[in-house]
Amino acid sequence: MPKPRGALSEWVVHALADAATSDSAGTAPEADSAGDEAIALWTIHELSYRGFEDASDDAEWDPRVLVVRHGLETALEARLRARWDGADADVPAADVPAALQALVSAADGPSLADHVRRHADVDQVLELLRQRSVYQLKEADPSTWVVPRLPVRAKAALVELQYDEYGDGNPNRLHAHLFARGLEAVGLRSEYGAYVDDALPETLEMNNAVSLFGLHRRLRGAAVGHLAAFEMTSSLPSRKLVQGLERLGLEGAMVAYYDEHVEADAIHEIVAARDICGTLAEDEPDQAAEILFGAFTCLDLEARFARAMLDTWAVDA
Amino acid sequence: MSEDYEHPDVVIEPGGPMLVRGATSIRDADGEVHAVDRPVVALCRCEKSSRLPWCDATHKVIPRQPSDRS
Repeated sequence: MPKPRGALSEWVVHALADAATSDSAGTAPEADSAGDEAIALWTIHELSYRGFEDASDDAEWDPRVLVVRHGLETALEARLRARWDGADADVPAADVPAALQALVSAADGPSLADHVRRHADVDQVLELLRQRSVYQLKEADPSTWVVPRLPVRAKAALVELQYDEYGDGNPNRLHAHLFARGLEAVGLRSEYGAYVDDALPETLEMNNAVSLFGLHRRLRGAAVGHLAAFEMTSSLPSRKLVQGLERLGLEGAMVAYYDEHVEADAIHEIVAARDICGTLAEDEPDQAAEILFGAFTCLDLEARFARAMLDTWAVDA
Repeated sequence: MSEDYEHPDVVIEPGGPMLVRGATSIRDADGEVHAVDRPVVALCRCEKSSRLPWCDATHKVIPRQPSDRS
């Protein structure tokens, strides 16, 4: 399990380790910091992905853990919603694809891809890849949770997209696997969760938001909106990352990973905006605003992460 | 009764690429045949892609022609 970052994550690690056998952990303490809170929730969510060797398999649905998870998720969702000022806008279902495009066009956060393409040094690129690895080794997985919660058209379209994410039936082309091969090619560790102890709070918050959206049926609109914004801001930046990696002599499997995303995400962004989000909004009009909330959250968290990385490197955004 | 949905194999994205579903190979403008290994591909329509015949989203950063508007 990850290294605790404060009293709450310390409690979580202990509770997960012996969920089946012990009731001695008592009431969870308050978090010491945003980082403590973020790693605590990340660790709990991880039980619903691949779990940990040193965590009990019973911990995922342990009532004591669920109480803590609920508290952390409620606080995270409130924080994300407070950042979104479009909640009251009345968006007709038919306008959802265009509204997604408008949100993406209006996003003015700094571009890590631009920095990698032109200026970044090898250490900065490796640091970026370590941060990205926390999500990209489980790339596409949180969206899969959304499938059974969607109406017919959106469900078919999401599975069409996910099939491509998972390699079109070929394990060698599964995106998370391509990323693992890329990490190895640039000399980094590829085991699942290898760099979570290095993850910035911004990295963990990005991860936690997408897990939160994926795990709750109530948040299905936000989940697919997040997916659409992610895909709509991937193809062009992936190409810049390819150029940056090549400039630094980091050819090979990591270039192949980003190269795949240039082509795949040019397709996925249209499927996500029109066939997933557009049809969901038509079939369930009350989800239109939620789709935009999810898209905004994706863009906002990416901008916060980019600023944090550039601050770390003392680069002006 | 449950609906029979429209699901065309070829979809033209306004100002964007042409999506093609279920193709197994595509011949490009130079006559070269490319194998298709995805359920859906996006074919470039702006002709500015760096990896023709596939779309690479370059259309998003070039000025749109009046005839593209819809």
